[in-house]
Amino acid sequence: MPEPATAPGAPAERREGRLKVTGSARYAAEHPSPGRLQAWPVPAAVARGRVTRIDTAAALDLPGVVTVLTPDDAPRLAESDDATLAVLQDARVPHRGWFVALVVAESLEAARDGAAAVHVAYAAEEHDVTLTETHPAGYVPEQANGGYPAVREQGDPEAAFASSETRVDVRYRVPPLHNHPMEPHTTTAHWEDGRLTVHTSSQGSGVVRAVLAQLFELDEERITVHAEHVGGGFGSKGTPRPDVVLAVMAALRTGRPVTVALPRRFLPAVVGHRAPTLHRLRLGAAPDGRLTSLLHEVTTHTSHVKEFVEQAATPARVMYAAASSRTAHRVVPLDVPTPSWMRAPGEAPGMYALESAMDELAAELGMDPVDLRVANEPETEPDSGKPFSSRHLVECLREGARRFDWDRRDPRPRTWAEGDLLIGTGVAAATYPVMMWPSKASARALPDGTFLVRINAADIGTGSRTVLAQIAADVLEVPLERVRIEVGSTELPAASLAGGSSGTASWGWPVHEACTRLAALLGDRSGPLPGQGLATEADTAGRADADSPYARHAFGAHFAEVAVDTVTGETRVRRLLGVYAAGRILNARTARSQFVGGMVMGLGMALTEGSTVDAAFGDFTESDLASYHVPAHADVPDIEAHWVDEDDPHLNPMGSKGIGEIGIVGTAAAIGNAAHHATGVRFRELPLTPDRILTGLTGR
Amino acid sequence: MGSHSHGHHSDVTLRVNGKPRTLTVDHRRVLLDVLRDDLDLPGAKKGCDHGQCGACTVLVDGRRVNSCLLLAVCLDGCDITTVEGLAGDGEEPHPLQRAFLERDGFQCGYCTPGQICSALGAVAEAEAGHPSHVTDPALPSGRPVPLDRDEIRERLSGNLCRCGAYPRIVEAVEDVIR
Repeated sequence: MPEPATAPGAPAERREGRLKVTGSARYAAEHPSPGRLQAWPVPAAVARGRVTRIDTAAALDLPGVVTVLTPDDAPRLAESDDATLAVLQDARVPHRGWFVALVVAESLEAARDGAAAVHVAYAAEEHDVTLTETHPAGYVPEQANGGYPAVREQGDPEAAFASSETRVDVRYRVPPLHNHPMEPHTTTAHWEDGRLTVHTSSQGSGVVRAVLAQLFELDEERITVHAEHVGGGFGSKGTPRPDVVLAVMAALRTGRPVTVALPRRFLPAVVGHRAPTLHRLRLGAAPDGRLTSLLHEVTTHTSHVKEFVEQAATPARVMYAAASSRTAHRVVPLDVPTPSWMRAPGEAPGMYALESAMDELAAELGMDPVDLRVANEPETEPDSGKPFSSRHLVECLREGARRFDWDRRDPRPRTWAEGDLLIGTGVAAATYPVMMWPSKASARALPDGTFLVRINAADIGTGSRTVLAQIAADVLEVPLERVRIEVGSTELPAASLAGGSSGTASWGWPVHEACTRLAALLGDRSGPLPGQGLATEADTAGRADADSPYARHAFGAHFAEVAVDTVTGETRVRRLLGVYAAGRILNARTARSQFVGGMVMGLGMALTEGSTVDAAFGDFTESDLASYHVPAHADVPDIEAHWVDEDDPHLNPMGSKGIGEIGIVGTAAAIGNAAHHATGVRFRELPLTPDRILTGLTGR
Repeated sequence: MGSHSHGHHSDVTLRVNGKPRTLTVDHRRVLLDVLRDDLDLPGAKKGCDHGQCGACTVLVDGRRVNSCLLLAVCLDGCDITTVEGLAGDGEEPHPLQRAFLERDGFQCGYCTPGQICSALGAVAEAEAGHPSHVTDPALPSGRPVPLDRDEIRERLSGNLCRCGAYPRIVEAVEDVIR
């Protein structure tokens, strides 16, 4: 019998789905208004230096070009916390691709033509964009991204490692990676009667408004930011990017609505990227597999614009019981674009390295890699000593092994061939922290028997509208179709941004609470409702962000089967299966899509995605979708995502953990471990492209 | 027929979702920008503007094309179908649009119109006997090519989806060809 659509976990269809499949959902560039202008930025053509002169005369002579903003004349901005937004404020070029001008025109063609006609002269300086572990500029930061301490140490890990019976000492490299959401970063801005209205592609319109208020020294009340439909973000739209600032500047200058839609190939330099990480992993173990020492040391880069440190050593603080440990980050500031969040920052590259090293340790010990992980299951969180609110990693591993027929695996590498193909299987674990931020919501019962829930949540494709409506309907005990929901605008009750897999937990909590209050109000009264209905509000400030006595994380296990072509060097994933323990799953349909989507991105990280900072030119060589290979249909097999039921009372009223990121976390390691099982060769640098595979297979 | 030219602009008539639309277009203007900005049909999406992602896929005279790569001035008299025109005049969406909803064949929705238009074009190509890279060379030519999952994946590989909805998209296409 089908479950009622309001039951927690019911696979309700996406509320905005019909708009999306019919082309009626409007994204940030799709809000036409009379007189709207289009703009095209001019990226810096040197990797370091200063702009000495900008000649805009030829551009301004072109038909349709309205104005050109340059560092000489662009509106001045107040200071903000994010130096990447200080565009067109001075002549400095901190990296190639930094915007040095903006051409505003009546049409896209004229704007693009105008940008090509802007002549920029530079005083170029020597640049350095090459990351090495021994780079003399490297330093230990105070914190890594997320506020984590840069270094944590327990016991005497060096000595414990030296005296361990079995040791693995290996290095891994993860290249720069690009988010590349399908909708490029886009903003339409319009000033009218002293009010600023912005349509932008953002994971959090509230943050955009706050930053604009700061930069342009405006009251937030004078700014409205809409982000109703957002074409993906994956971290790169977590905070405003230069398109927002440029569009507002251009609208100020011209007095007309302006759209800035960043050209795809400009994105890698200005919207953030996953920083490259160089990992050294040292694992020492006793003969029974128990870890005696774990050292994970990471070197990464940041820009000279601001410090961002990919927290890749932090998952090792959560995963395994090791008597001694050291987890440490070093960062090297270079003349590179500024890195930022990309889906599971820290966990994705960190768990690639840790879980690959665990596989190497299992091989050294002659132990099954599932059993090795089970043997190192900690009783409390290793770094903090806190009890876990819930932890079902072992169940995920066991359930995944059962579904994947792991027991039928011959553990010896390179024992399974089909013609020119070598086949292998691999496993890796995953973890992602539970994050929640304060948010507000309102709920209103209307006389016609319907309900209206309002919250400035973002739906970037996660299905937040749908799951929040389900939470409301569940609390109110009414059919789902009687609940209307509004999200994606600063005109709604303030809510946190969609990031850190925090959305459903952060937004669901006040929705749950407002609806609980509303249900109580309705229960206390009889007779018809007043014309405007009955309304309640909720605010989780001080609670959603309160410290917990528990260590709260989601866990998962990935299993992969790959075929490596010994002639072409191509690696293809034949099977991919994930099992997750992430609290209560609130919508089976949209949750599965998020898990699978994360795994597809992990497949890309393993096999096809990789960017290179060109040493001579100082920018990313793979800057568009023809050169930076995100997975395509033909790369992706049927993928299975399952979950184990988890009842965790220490989270929020729904009992949910975040699910947007954990799917990517262990996928690359599982695929890499499968490639080793197939070939007998360890590949320690991503992605596993044919050149690397063939080099490994021939031993050259 | 024939377009009237004046300087860098020309008059063209496109038949868009069944309706004739006459416009004066900049010779540099691509079909995608005409649809999105001149005709307020934003269903076709701009993901890359370089024919690399497929988000702008529409049907021109029944064949799928990247509308970001076609100059509108070259399309005088052509029949253009966008995602907005698939449902026809009825209230009900096209069966493939319905299948995308049921299978959850999308997340952010930005690649979705392109995936849907591309899939319809691909199904028509297979029906007309066009082989793909994975078609068995032994199949008799000119006959409809059966679309199994590998065929669907191969033929839709020009349409990128960063949310990773691929497995569900393939299921949705299977639903409408059965």
